[in-house]
Amino acid sequence: MIPELGQIALLLALAVALIQGVVPLIGATRGRHDWMALSRPAAQTHFVLVVFAFIALMSCFVRNDFSVLYVASNSNSSLPLPYRIAGVWGGHEGSLLLWLTMLSIWMLAVAQFSRHLPQAVVSRILAVMGFISVGFLLFMLTTSNPFDRLSPVPPDGNDLNPLLQDPGMVAHPPMLYMGYVGFSVAFAFAVAALIGGNLDATWARWTRPWTTAAWSFLTVGIMLGSIWAYYVLGWGGWWFWDPVENASFMPWLAGTALIHSLAVTEKRGAFKSWTVLLAIMAFSLSLLGTFIVRSGVLSSVHAFATDPKRGLFILLFLAIVIGGSLMLYAWRAPKVGLGARFGLVSRESMLLANNVLFVVATLSVLLGTLYPLLLDALGLGKISVGPPYFDTVFVPLMAPAVFLLGVGPMARWKEANLPDLAHRLRWAAVIAVIAALAAQWLAGRITFGTTLGLLMAFWIVAAVATDVWERVRPSGGGFGGAIGRLRLLPRSMVAMMAAHLGVAAFAFGVSMVKTYEVERDVKMAVGDTTEVAGYRFTFRGIHDLAGPNYEAVQADVDVQRGSGTALTLHPEKRVYRIQRTPMTEAAINPGPTRDLYVSLGEPVDNGRAWIVRVYVKPFVDWIWGGCLLMALGGALAASDRRYRARQTQDSAQAALTAGARA
Amino acid sequence: MKPRQKRLAIVAGILASVGVAAALVLNAFRSNLVFFYSPSQVMSKEAPVGRTFRLGGLVKAGSVHREGVQVQFEVTDTAKTIPVRYQGILPDLFKEGKGVVAQGQVGTDGVFVAREVLAKHDENYMPPEAADALKHAQAANEKIGSTVLKESDK
Repeated sequence: MIPELGQIALLLALAVALIQGVVPLIGATRGRHDWMALSRPAAQTHFVLVVFAFIALMSCFVRNDFSVLYVASNSNSSLPLPYRIAGVWGGHEGSLLLWLTMLSIWMLAVAQFSRHLPQAVVSRILAVMGFISVGFLLFMLTTSNPFDRLSPVPPDGNDLNPLLQDPGMVAHPPMLYMGYVGFSVAFAFAVAALIGGNLDATWARWTRPWTTAAWSFLTVGIMLGSIWAYYVLGWGGWWFWDPVENASFMPWLAGTALIHSLAVTEKRGAFKSWTVLLAIMAFSLSLLGTFIVRSGVLSSVHAFATDPKRGLFILLFLAIVIGGSLMLYAWRAPKVGLGARFGLVSRESMLLANNVLFVVATLSVLLGTLYPLLLDALGLGKISVGPPYFDTVFVPLMAPAVFLLGVGPMARWKEANLPDLAHRLRWAAVIAVIAALAAQWLAGRITFGTTLGLLMAFWIVAAVATDVWERVRPSGGGFGGAIGRLRLLPRSMVAMMAAHLGVAAFAFGVSMVKTYEVERDVKMAVGDTTEVAGYRFTFRGIHDLAGPNYEAVQADVDVQRGSGTALTLHPEKRVYRIQRTPMTEAAINPGPTRDLYVSLGEPVDNGRAWIVRVYVKPFVDWIWGGCLLMALGGALAASDRRYRARQTQDSAQAALTAGARA
Repeated sequence: MKPRQKRLAIVAGILASVGVAAALVLNAFRSNLVFFYSPSQVMSKEAPVGRTFRLGGLVKAGSVHREGVQVQFEVTDTAKTIPVRYQGILPDLFKEGKGVVAQGQVGTDGVFVAREVLAKHDENYMPPEAADALKHAQAANEKIGSTVLKESDK
């Protein structure tokens, strides 16, 4: 019964989404307030229906209802409850439902938190989102229905892919999808503005908090995926340039360009059509990401069923969304106007350079990801593009971006003075060079790549510090006055600095771990010891262990530094009972300056010894700490009271002008 | 500078940086393409020497020999077989008789030295490259088989 109710809820949601898309949109063109007034209740109803369907599917998982095909293929009665819940988004159909749920949440948020926006604008925004929902609902109901029944009912399910039975995988997809779908808000704002023709600084201010919030979610989502790859795949890498990872990274890059370009549009009214184009690009890449990961095009853990009907629908949907919005753009954007002029050296020009670099980076990832797929689809052979490609492309693109990251926030809008900037930042540059060399000298080895990476990290820190110093410089009131002014810094400023420091922490972590990590594969019998980077690893033995739905062997490996106290790590080798899949469970002792990482290979010499992989990874956690800091910056920026305060000011102004007109 | 010149300078700057970036990207792209070859193709010298490529097929049953962290095994597409050498830990799903893709180079002794061994995440999953290699080899086998049959008919 419950699956059928969920199914009915989805059908009703489709009807509601259609109404939400069509009626208020026509109402906005004709100026019919009663038609436009439909969009808010429609978004609310849509939310209730979709969440109902989502909970219905979840309850099928929790109650082990294996008469539902999707549950039977992604769950098992011995699966622990948290993973039964996460199983909802463990496969293709459920992932789509998760996507839709996120969309309905964002729609509800737009409906609730945009009461100050003109009714026509809100109607158009919600209409665009309604149409996106229609597309997804049609896709689900026609090709990937999560509520399909299975007959005869199997006694038990096929279990969730053991790789996904992990806390990281419980949180990663919802976060990632919050980010992906969040860009649909920016997209809807952009398309609505193109239709309505009211593309201006106010529009940018409305769009900014939504875009920044989505970007923060996406950052956390990608971070969780990276952490998961680090400890679950058992190879100790944190990024593989796998097509699946690239699929989530491309919208992030485009989104990063977008939030910077929006800043210019809001403050200076420039880059308007460019910003709109970026909003379209970010959401299109999110769609592409969702689909190439879930459609089975890619050979990877994320890809599930392959069904030509799905592929066709996806292509059609992408063509309508991307092609349609680009056509609208081509039609309406020339009327937008250029906005304020700016000098060759100015904050605008630096943000423009940032945008160019990020877009080129996005396109180069796109090339490396899609070209092999395209070649394969055309039957021209199978190739792959290796990580070296992405590495060689990324470093030269990001190095100037990071350099500008230090200069940009200190440059003035409209027209900045180059010698003046150089003068203000001279100490930052000196400190960055000294710190980069000193850090390597302390670590014991100096290389060109590391120098570049650390230079980026310290340059950001020094430039941000200079910026803060200039803003609070004690020009009176002494130290106490400086602290007082520090607290008066606007929240958006602090947010930007936090995010930029996040980039520094990230660059620092990457440089350190790339250069100074030590990896060793060794054969170890009981009592054997190996020394890696000053840590002594001793293999103490191995014993059996039974988990809730797997059998495992667990090893005890003592780690000791010098004569300090030993800590014991417990790497495991598991075999999941249902799918008979072996899994390596690495044991990690995290720390602010290093991770100790041990994973089990395979038994040798008839089980008397094991191949053991031992890593010491300096500062690897800084990579994710940096991502968190970026996301935190985004969250701070999105929550800035300024957006709400100015909005009331705007509406007051609007009321005034309206009054004056009347 | 006049506004007109300024705009010109900005446009020229963007074009130049995009041009440089494009050159850089395409160059890196060309030199990092990794092509895929089946054991049959490697045996008929189609695979490049001294350049990294991917080799795919089945791990031949009974061919895996481990000596400490050194592993040797053979990759077959049922028609031809290539010996492979690898140092390190093999992925969890690496098994005799199952599909595998190895990335590395062929040495002068004809042994493929793998830098990386990929066995994908699902028990029943066959890497598409490996599946392709098998299909081609089978097609070739059938052709040979049918000519042999025809000749025996005579």
